[in-house]
Amino acid sequence: MAEYQNIFTQVQVQGTPEWGLETESSGRERIGKPGFSTLVGWLGNAQLGPIWLGWTGMVSLATGILALNIIGFNMLAQVGWSIPEFIRQLFWLALEPPSPEYGLSIPPLQDGGWYIIASFFLLVSVMSWWARTYILAMEHKMGKHVFWAFGSAIWLFLVLGLFRPILMGSWSEAVPYGIFPHLDWTTAFSIRYGNLYYNPFHALSIVFLYGSVLLFAMHGATILAVTRYGGDRELEQIVDRGTATERAALFWRWTMGFNATMEGIHRWAWWFAVLTPITGGIGILLTGTVVDNWFIWAQEHHFAPMYDGSYGYEAYGTTYQEFIGQESN
Amino acid sequence: MLPKWFNTWNRDNPTNIYGPAILVGAAGLAVTVAAFVVVVGQPYATDSLQTGPRGTGMSVPEFESDLSEADPTIAGYLTRAQISDDAIASISDEALQNVPPGLGDISDEQYAELVVAMRAWTGIPDLMEDPDNYQTQIAYTMVGMTQSVNENWIGHVQSNAEVGVTCYTCHRGQPVPSEIWFRLGPVNEAAEGWAAVQNRVTTQSQYTSLPSDALEEYLLNYGQIGVHDLESHVAEYPSEGIQTWQDAERTYSLMNYVSNSLGVNCVFCHNSRAFYDPAQVTPQWATEMLGISMVQEINNDWLVPLEGLYPPERLGPVFADAPKAACKTCHKGYQQPLQGLNVIGEWPELALVESD
Repeated sequence: MAEYQNIFTQVQVQGTPEWGLETESSGRERIGKPGFSTLVGWLGNAQLGPIWLGWTGMVSLATGILALNIIGFNMLAQVGWSIPEFIRQLFWLALEPPSPEYGLSIPPLQDGGWYIIASFFLLVSVMSWWARTYILAMEHKMGKHVFWAFGSAIWLFLVLGLFRPILMGSWSEAVPYGIFPHLDWTTAFSIRYGNLYYNPFHALSIVFLYGSVLLFAMHGATILAVTRYGGDRELEQIVDRGTATERAALFWRWTMGFNATMEGIHRWAWWFAVLTPITGGIGILLTGTVVDNWFIWAQEHHFAPMYDGSYGYEAYGTTYQEFIGQESN
Repeated sequence: MLPKWFNTWNRDNPTNIYGPAILVGAAGLAVTVAAFVVVVGQPYATDSLQTGPRGTGMSVPEFESDLSEADPTIAGYLTRAQISDDAIASISDEALQNVPPGLGDISDEQYAELVVAMRAWTGIPDLMEDPDNYQTQIAYTMVGMTQSVNENWIGHVQSNAEVGVTCYTCHRGQPVPSEIWFRLGPVNEAAEGWAAVQNRVTTQSQYTSLPSDALEEYLLNYGQIGVHDLESHVAEYPSEGIQTWQDAERTYSLMNYVSNSLGVNCVFCHNSRAFYDPAQVTPQWATEMLGISMVQEINNDWLVPLEGLYPPERLGPVFADAPKAACKTCHKGYQQPLQGLNVIGEWPELALVESD
């Protein structure tokens, strides 16, 4: 008998589209004729649409497309409007923030002005999408958990592009919009401020990031493992604990002496995910404003370890000639 | 073709043979590969050069196959002992009259040997023949530069042993040395400031998106390479003269160039946990500091002033500037140029600036 699974689905439900529950605004704001896609159905729900657009969706899409186009056309202008070069160098190209001499003033378009404009539209786009998560949760009479979780990501976004540049007194501190260039910024930022790995908030952020991954894997695996006992009906299991929950809980208690609960595991996951950008944002905000060299800060707080031993290969009984297999020249 | 009973039996006993076949095949392959590695040895064996205390991860790893292969240009180096009497006799009287300043003290015999060698090292067959030839005129300066490097920068060119430099260290038998560089200026159109000098694939950015003007800024203009604050709290904000993350990117670009030039990694010189800390560097860091000063002097005092002597096709593509040198012009990807071959021992006339 065919199985119904949540991903790589072998059985797809296709038929009369489901319109969803009627809310106050759904008749007005819901757009698009729902359809079905077998390809999409392999990964999740086969039904695509309808979508609740609303003013937040329109503003967000319009400003987001504007920001992306400003970034893209700046990249295209940088390569002299050559499409082949644009494609070839796409990962190298970027829209850079202004040079440091402009501080918080409005710079020329060619030296960061376009960056400020693109950033403004991106800000509007992200914030209206954030509002969208609140409004849609209200429409469905849901809690605002998604809104707050997205807010934590927006906190990091605002620290990087708005709060920290203002505290540093220069838009030049913001992150470039480009594939490799934003990674260059990350490395240069860490090196400039004496190694971000010695920033405790950076460490916390990594803990929560990797912790989120671990929790997600543990939870996903646990639920799939007890699906045969009805464990995938998590909401029912929360209010009416069955053998699936018992087995899942017992598995972890026997494994490590402790288990989360069917309800509580979702709070664990939510907080780990949310704390990743919150702690990361605090770490970024402190860098260059409060602490200028994290390695020296770590030495002052006695957690940069000392190593015994000398520096240089000479101290380890080797010479370059030995290394390349030429005892003498 | 097959007997009837076999086909009947097969039909009555349907068996999935693919599952077990894949399993047995995969397991068999794994055993074969494991046995091969144990018996024959790891085909991509590596060796590593420890450069710092245990626990810091400081080592320079290399494939043994790369290490066992000597720099191919070493074989092309002409030693003094290899110079025949015929070769000396073939040097014309005109060439012998063209003694560059700085070599006035040596005998005609010595000078003739040097001319033979210089022609072989640079691959220019008529070098020193015609005093009006631009290559000969440049050679006058280059002899002085070689002497200056050998005498004044002995801390860099003889930091490990007697090695020194001759024309061959850069030229390797080519009239134009490989790995020279020119000023690039802005690499992006429609951009100014920091946006104009980075985010493009160039040889000077070592094909990264880091700034392409690092060699110009640091090895020609004496820019400040260090970007760190030496206290945990400093009251400063981005402005003129303050090192920003953009400066850190340019320093990173230079460091990337240096490591590719020498075929080493960051931890050959630095403990990567605190790049700036002079208490956590290897002796090679000091050698490199001298090297940077040496290259600045080579470019500004010796190579840039030659600009008027070159024909247009030897000048830079953007600014028509004189060709310049940097780490890779000599090192060519090796920790020591010519893998530490002593080139100066038998050429004392190139080792000292003439005292007069």
